[in-house]
Amino acid sequence: MANATFIPASSMGMTLVSIALAAPLLGLGAALVLRSDAEEVQAIDTLPEHAPDDLRDTGLYADWTGKRVADDVLVYSPQYPLWTDGARKARWIRLPPGTAIDASDPDAWEFPAGTQLWKEFAFEGRRVETRYMQRRADGSWLYATYVWSADESTARLSATTGGVAVGVDVELGGGRRHAIPSSADCRACHDDVAPVLGFSALQLSSDRDPDAPHAEPLPTGAIDLRGLLSVGLVRDWPAGIDLAPRIAARTPVERAARGYLHGNCGGCHRDDGPIAALDMDLAWSVADASDDDAPIVATSVGRPSRAPLPSGREGAPLRIVAGDPDHSVLLGRMRSRAPIHQMPPLGTSVVDDDAVALIARWIDELDERPSAPRKRTNR
Amino acid sequence: MKTTAKLLLTSYLLAALALFSGCNASAAQDAAAASAEPTDRASRIERGRYLVHAGLCIDCHTPFAMGPNGPAPDMTRLLSGHPADLQMPPPPELPPGPWLVLMGATNTAFAGPWGVTFSANLTSDPDTGLGRWTEQMFVDTIRTGRHMGKGRPILPPMPYPLVANYTDEDLGAMFEYLQTVPPISNRVPDPIVAQ
Repeated sequence: MANATFIPASSMGMTLVSIALAAPLLGLGAALVLRSDAEEVQAIDTLPEHAPDDLRDTGLYADWTGKRVADDVLVYSPQYPLWTDGARKARWIRLPPGTAIDASDPDAWEFPAGTQLWKEFAFEGRRVETRYMQRRADGSWLYATYVWSADESTARLSATTGGVAVGVDVELGGGRRHAIPSSADCRACHDDVAPVLGFSALQLSSDRDPDAPHAEPLPTGAIDLRGLLSVGLVRDWPAGIDLAPRIAARTPVERAARGYLHGNCGGCHRDDGPIAALDMDLAWSVADASDDDAPIVATSVGRPSRAPLPSGREGAPLRIVAGDPDHSVLLGRMRSRAPIHQMPPLGTSVVDDDAVALIARWIDELDERPSAPRKRTNR
Repeated sequence: MKTTAKLLLTSYLLAALALFSGCNASAAQDAAAASAEPTDRASRIERGRYLVHAGLCIDCHTPFAMGPNGPAPDMTRLLSGHPADLQMPPPPELPPGPWLVLMGATNTAFAGPWGVTFSANLTSDPDTGLGRWTEQMFVDTIRTGRHMGKGRPILPPMPYPLVANYTDEDLGAMFEYLQTVPPISNRVPDPIVAQ
């Protein structure tokens, strides 16, 4: 097999491909080759045709120099924020005049065309990026990322390509780098079933969880669910459903743990998304009235995991082993930042130690539930 | 290491796109032009079979075996990926120089600066192949370069930027054909990421 004369032409092609692919790994200078290709990718990705080149043209700020947000832009803060390596975040939403969010399905709000959302990321006191999404007239969403200059005088549209994790790295000091997501990465989390994450009934509940990891103090003037309903920006809230949704749980640890998993994992791991076939539902629903009935327990605790434990221990892996954090794949992948193991799989390069400790405590607590599967016996 | 690995992977994949773009741009256009918007499942499957077999899918996702004319895909293991029972030893360390990538004799294992990749089982087997996948998962995987469209990065040498040039209809046809490939239970090893 090693004799090249026996290798079919097609395989020879792959060999050449491999060699050429590896060129940039050694800094062999493929930049000239890449330029025309990037232009082609740009053509495939229609995002730049719709998102302004400059953040200031999205309408977020009424006064760019003073960074005063426009009067018709609402600030909000989810009670279970997504972990992004300790970034300080600010979030805003604007609905077109005269429109409202249809909340008749309280778990899947329908946003009017033209809805705009922004999320600003800052590290060490400096704005680094602002992510932006807007609903188009045809119901689809455009996604963009604006990268701030070091002096925060400009925030320009990030290069977007169809490739994975092709973005602009921002040096944060201390050897850490914050990666700006590609447009493809945007869509990895913001899928068609749940495009808007973090602006939902539970996240905007006035009954905020004091134990939520990295809970943020409410910004001045922040809107919540009750406020949205009172001013008519959220309509058709189903009768009989609490206006201040809260995760039912046996303990404060369980409440916070489920909230964290909802906010950080439930965007993908839910029962109605593109990967619903995994049958792993970490999202909270208003239907989850009883903690014992929560899908998170039924689909995770004691359930086989297709992914191995990152630590490589032997035995059939389980997603969560009640009372045994070290043998729970879910926690093991949260603890990992190896590219093939880490969870979430993108958007973070630093383990969330506070969350790991919280989930470990919750898994320990699960051992005390009479209905929970017991510890593994094959150790 | 993670950032470095990501950068390397990024460069790698960009290069993959660069390499393929010249020939692929016209190929994709031809493919799109040739797409006749199949109106029934049979013609869609046939379209998918054509794309999968005419493209490079067969080469890396079907183990090679030595035959009278040299190594060739073993069609009895069509699209079943790297054989689970073929445990690869650690790849030999290459000396400094222009040699960078190693390929296993089955053409289903590849070693390079990113680590070791084993080609996936694309048959309809529900537990080890694509049997439980949906068309959307398949299309999203190609579009995002991530497992199931959401998970870990797809590793070299999978030229997903090339495949991403196909239309949604063509990708859907490929998936529909793959769902007809007889299931072969073969749990492909997880990739090994270079430390």
